[in-house]
Amino acid sequence: MNGPQDLGGMMGFGPVVPERDEPIFHGEWEKRALAVTLACGALGQWTLDESRHARETIPPPHYLSKSYYDIWITALEKLLQRHGMVGADELKHGAALHASAPTRNPALTADRVASALAKGSPTERALATQPRFAIGDHVATKVMHPTTHTRLPRYARGKTGTVKFIHGAHVFPDTHAHDLGEQPCYCYGVEFAATELWGEGADPTLSVMVDCWEPYLEQAS
Amino acid sequence: MDGVEKAAQPVHPPSMTHHDHDNDHHDHGHGHHHDHDREHSELSEVALRVRALETILTQKGLVDAAALDAIVETYETKIGPRNGARVVARAWADPAYLARLRDNATAAIAELGYGGRQGEHMQIVENTPDTHNMVVCTLCSCYPWPVLGLPPVWYKSAPYRSRAVIDPRGVLKDFGVTLPETMRIRVWDSTAEMRYLVLPMRPAGTEGWSEEQLAHLVTRDSMIGTGLPLTPGASA
Repeated sequence: MNGPQDLGGMMGFGPVVPERDEPIFHGEWEKRALAVTLACGALGQWTLDESRHARETIPPPHYLSKSYYDIWITALEKLLQRHGMVGADELKHGAALHASAPTRNPALTADRVASALAKGSPTERALATQPRFAIGDHVATKVMHPTTHTRLPRYARGKTGTVKFIHGAHVFPDTHAHDLGEQPCYCYGVEFAATELWGEGADPTLSVMVDCWEPYLEQAS
Repeated sequence: MDGVEKAAQPVHPPSMTHHDHDNDHHDHGHGHHHDHDREHSELSEVALRVRALETILTQKGLVDAAALDAIVETYETKIGPRNGARVVARAWADPAYLARLRDNATAAIAELGYGGRQGEHMQIVENTPDTHNMVVCTLCSCYPWPVLGLPPVWYKSAPYRSRAVIDPRGVLKDFGVTLPETMRIRVWDSTAEMRYLVLPMRPAGTEGWSEEQLAHLVTRDSMIGTGLPLTPGASA
């Protein structure tokens, strides 16, 4: 969706301000926000793609004024309610008032944290079919504006680039975010010249690599 | 409100960045002092929501407090940019390792014991005398956790995510880095689950250095592409 998450090329946010000797967390609550988000993800009720979509459906004025961990927590509240695990009444009262819907996995325990983090969630899948495109192919990205989740940024839609890498077949976020299955397809590293992306005045020395799933691409003439 | 903005640079209007900038002038030897201030002002807002959420989830048996502690401890003590620095230093020192990194970065990084969440599919991108690489995630905050740790606030912020793909030289200027005008810049937008680690060029004057010595020259930002490695004279 054309949500507030799709920031590439926007202007007016001011300079990047690196914080010298930045701490890993700015306060206790950030630690708990990270840990609660990861622990809830481990319950298996939603995919990483669904959680990304939950974040990008935060209305733009809110998204753009929140810190990133606040974005995470806001999305987590939404996911927990959607999946019948926490009710709005409970969030309001700050206490459990009824039982959660059953979860796929039991609560993550301390002894399983290391193995869960070490395992991660690989998204590459074996596919019997061959990739449609080859390295060096000229490809064009589709013009599309789905109201659902996609990982093709607006700035890279309807543009022509060159396939530089074939990353193998990966879970397709556009379906996976919406409980429509993994539907793995080939994912390509596509290079776009800045002049193609940004037109007149673009930095002639710049190119941008975007990882594009096969359904995003057409053969370019 | 002011305190909230300080505590966690929002994704956000430029006026707020000045507060963070002010913090740069604080004595970080006394970091606890202003962290403390931050927490007090935070508790009225999102911190209370996080606390409520943790309480509800714990009461329901959906999260285990000890597991939360273990997650935090992992990212505070075990996973961070020193991991990536060891990967880079070995690549500089050992051509056979560099070849394995080029061939299969996930496997080569796993040789050093790093991998897993947000580093399931790694690729290295090598700086050369002609090309500089920089990594961003314009759509969220994708970042190679096993080798770099959790992303800094600026990496997740709107100023970086919006400008990295259209004006990387301007972004580099914010980091005090100026590249030759003719140098090619390749920006990697992490739109999929591939995670990119920039392999900076080995600084001159480090012939014969051990991996451990070399690792000290590798900064986090040099592995994102918003910085360059330290030079031998500046390493101490």
